[in-house]
Amino acid sequence: MTKKHNKLEATNLDAFYGDFHALKNINVAMEEKAVTAFIGPSGCGKSTFLRTLNRMNDYIDGFRIQGQILLDDRDIYASNVRVDELRKEVGMVFQKPNPFPKTIFENVVYGLRIQGIKDKKVLQEACETSLRQTALWEEVKDKLDKSALALSGGQQQRLCIARALAISPSVILMDEPTSALDPISTAKIEDLIHELKQHYTIIIVTHNMQQAGRVSDHTAFFYMGELVEYAKTKTMFTSPKNERTQNYITGRFG
Amino acid sequence: MRVQEKIIEGLLWLSAAITILVTVSIIWVLLSESIQFFSEVSILRFLTEKEWTPLFADKKFGIMPLVAGTFLTTAIAIAVALPIGLTIAIYLNEYAHARFKTIIKPLLEVLATIPTVVYGFFALTVVTPFLQSFIPGLAGFNALSAGIVMGVMIIPMISSLSEDAISAVPRSLREAAYGMGSTRLQTAFGVMVPAASSGILVSVILAISRAVGETMIVAIAAGQQPRLTLNPLVPIETITTYIVQVSMGDVPHGSLEYRTIFAAGMTLFVFTFLLNNLSFWIKKKYQEKYD
Repeated sequence: MTKKHNKLEATNLDAFYGDFHALKNINVAMEEKAVTAFIGPSGCGKSTFLRTLNRMNDYIDGFRIQGQILLDDRDIYASNVRVDELRKEVGMVFQKPNPFPKTIFENVVYGLRIQGIKDKKVLQEACETSLRQTALWEEVKDKLDKSALALSGGQQQRLCIARALAISPSVILMDEPTSALDPISTAKIEDLIHELKQHYTIIIVTHNMQQAGRVSDHTAFFYMGELVEYAKTKTMFTSPKNERTQNYITGRFG
Repeated sequence: MRVQEKIIEGLLWLSAAITILVTVSIIWVLLSESIQFFSEVSILRFLTEKEWTPLFADKKFGIMPLVAGTFLTTAIAIAVALPIGLTIAIYLNEYAHARFKTIIKPLLEVLATIPTVVYGFFALTVVTPFLQSFIPGLAGFNALSAGIVMGVMIIPMISSLSEDAISAVPRSLREAAYGMGSTRLQTAFGVMVPAASSGILVSVILAISRAVGETMIVAIAAGQQPRLTLNPLVPIETITTYIVQVSMGDVPHGSLEYRTIFAAGMTLFVFTFLLNNLSFWIKKKYQEKYD
């Protein structure tokens, strides 16, 4: 079998919030159509790194980066890159479900609407496809015109994933997507991640070691802004090379 | 010690009581004088007659010309203040740097601290001549320039309250919009403004209430000719201007002419009271929408 293509690649990446050195010389390549998990204690830089991948940190005053991030071999911080176009390619799901205060239907088709798509049929089809992909269609098909805020937390998060899928990105970033959810909703999201990796490159930040073990193909362990260890998930969880990694995944700190 | 506490408590109670007492007295005076007025002039006449000439020999008591004048200047003011105020609010929230925002916001508030008499003078001596240079039919006193200047005066009210409303929208919604590939403009108008719409509506209602009750600018620049018209180019008279005119004039106390100002004041009070309550109601009804 040939080696999979590297979808995203960070080279000598440093990031700063003002004077604070948040990421230190990160070098990592993330495989296409696979799940990569970022783990590490709070403040280790994993979320910061995730957010550099769709330039979500751009609006934070004093944030800057050095180094390079390539998406399909294109530098996403190049001056000719339009951030809004980049984010259509690299979708994002957040820690807390954040549906818009609109109807379920309008939430899912939001991304298409801002691209100027008005055709009712196209929107309806996209809505159904995305909701089926997130196994939400059967639950909500009769109340598409109801407010998304009336759904349960787990349903809202799957709706947010559907909303991200509707504009067909190739990468989906997930920032602790289940940390606000109950175990059953969490299991549903994890099943979903398994399904989605056939078509999408998924990068997930998680606090939950078992979750990283269950869903990811590769795991990166961050500590104090450094990438300590990056390996196949199985390898990392059975025979970590670095002592700090071992201490963290065995629960000795963090 | 106990006695001291009692005295302080009593003083606090007294200051609250005085405030309420003054409010109640004002309403009582308004009501009792208005009731006497309406015992001589029927409410039907008051609301349906098309002329307001209580100081002339041929007396007519139709409040509508004054209401029209008030409505006209208020509408012009809101037409100026809403687009500008909302644009400022969006700019400060979505585009401006945090440091720039801390400078510009207090500067805007300065607009609200300029005495209204200065605004009135400015409207009469600067804005009207300026407008006359390209609107030939514009009278020296008119609703247009008074309305425009009043609009400038209430810009900070709308921008400040709308800005508060927009920045109260959870950050997660803005991130959701950006995360979907929205531009700043799409985020502002597609997500932030709709999510803050109740707060923005409240700011507009309070601004209307302020404009309806505004006195000096319209008294100086809009004229003193009660006229049932929506033409902004001619002199009109607002409810407030009429009250000033009669209060400062030599109308004998206790006469019917004198009581007209209480009826006019009552009308004004009903408007502002309804508007303020509407804004409270909207605030209450939509406040917890995102919690």
